Amino acid sequence: MDFNGSDTIPGPRAEDQLPHTAQSAVKIVIVGGFGVGKTTMVGSVSEIKPLTTEETMTQAGIGVDDNYGSASKTATTVAMDFGRIRITDELVLYLFGTPGQERFWFLWNGLFEGALGAVVLVDTRRLEVSFDVMGRLEERGVPFVVAVNSFPDAPRYPVADLRAALDLSEVIPIVECDVRRRASSRDVLMTLMRFLHSLAMTGSLT
Amino acid sequence: MTPPQRQRRTPGQGTPAQPAAPARKEGEGGNPERLYVVAGPDGERADIDLVTLIVARSPDLPPSATPEQAALLRLCVAPLSVAELSAYLSLPFSVVTVLITELLTAELVQARSPIVRKALPDRSLLEAVMHGLQRL
Ligand SMILES: Nc1nc2c(ncn2[C@@H]2O[C@H](COP(=O)(O)OP(=O)(O)O)[C@@H](O)[C@H]2O)c(=O)[nH]1
Ligand SMILES: [Mg+2]
Repeated sequence: MDFNGSDTIPGPRAEDQLPHTAQSAVKIVIVGGFGVGKTTMVGSVSEIKPLTTEETMTQAGIGVDDNYGSASKTATTVAMDFGRIRITDELVLYLFGTPGQERFWFLWNGLFEGALGAVVLVDTRRLEVSFDVMGRLEERGVPFVVAVNSFPDAPRYPVADLRAALDLSEVIPIVECDVRRRASSRDVLMTLMRFLHSLAMTGSLT
Repeated sequence: MTPPQRQRRTPGQGTPAQPAAPARKEGEGGNPERLYVVAGPDGERADIDLVTLIVARSPDLPPSATPEQAALLRLCVAPLSVAELSAYLSLPFSVVTVLITELLTAELVQARSPIVRKALPDRSLLEAVMHGLQRL
C-alpha cells in the first residue's frame, strides 16, 4: 500500500465509527472446517461489513508438508474474517471467523487467549473435521458450544447421538442453526453467552 | 447411520497454553504442532490484542509522523480495534502492533485494553452482551 497517498485510505463509514465512550471490547471466535459457514455467520450478525485481518506465520521447522513450500523458512499469510457488534456505548463485541488451515489457528497470538468463548460450527456430512479443534479448545480451557449448520443434504442425527459421537458432557450446548439467517446466528451467540453465564454461576467447565 | 466418534481431551493435555508466544528463533526445538510462529520483530511486541481499541490523542497530525503513522492516526480519530486498523491499512497484525507501539511511546495514541476471559467469568459483563445481542 502506498502510504504517501494515505489521505485516501478508506476507513470506517461515518455511521460505523465507534463513539468516543467505547472503553473496551470482547471477542468470540468461530471455528470449524472449510465451507461450514464461518464467514456467512460473521457476515449475518455483524453490524459492519465484515473485514479481513491477516498475520504472517513463519515456517521455522522441518517436516511440514509441501503445500507451504519446501524452503527451510517460508512466510505464510493467514487471513481472518471478522465482524463487530456494538453492545453498549462502552462495550463492543468482535467475532472472528478462523481461516482454513487449522494448524494456524492456535498459533495466532492472542486469538483464543482472552476470547470469552468459541462457537464450533459443524457440518454433519463431515463431523470429524471438527474433532481436532474441539480437543484443542478443551486443552486450552476455552469454553465452547457446538452449532450444527444444517445443510439440506446433510445427515440429521438426534442431539443425543451427536453428543455421544462428539464425546461432549451434558452441560455443553448443541444447537442447530442456519447461519445465513441473522436471528439464527444471533441465537447461537446467545446460547454461548448463556452457557458462559451458567459457568460463571457454577464456577466450572465440567 | 452412525456418526464418527471423537474422544474428549482435558485442560493441560497436549500443547500447553502459550499466551503471546514470541517468534521462535530458527533451530529451536519444540513439538510439531508449533512449526509456525508469528513473525514479530524482536521483542517489539507490546501487549496488544486484536481487539485492543486504539484512539488518537489529538486530531492533529504531528509533522514528524511517518506516512504509515499518519495513516493510522487518521483512522483512529474515533476508537478502532487493532484488527480493524490491520484491515483498513492492509497490514499484518504484527506489523500494526509495532506501529501502535511506536505511537504509544510517542504518546500520540491511547490503547484501551479488552476484557479478557477469566477463570470465573464476569456475570454482569455476560449479561450486558446478552442484552446487546437481543437488540440485533
Ligand atoms: N444451504 C446452506 N448453505 C450454506 C449455509 N451456510 C453457508 N452456506 C453456504 O456454504 C458456503 C460456504 O460458507 P462459508 O461461510 O464461506 O464457509 P467458511 O469456509 O466456513 O467461511 C457458502 O456458499 C454459503 O453460502 C447453510 O446454512 N445452508
Ligand atoms: Mg470463510
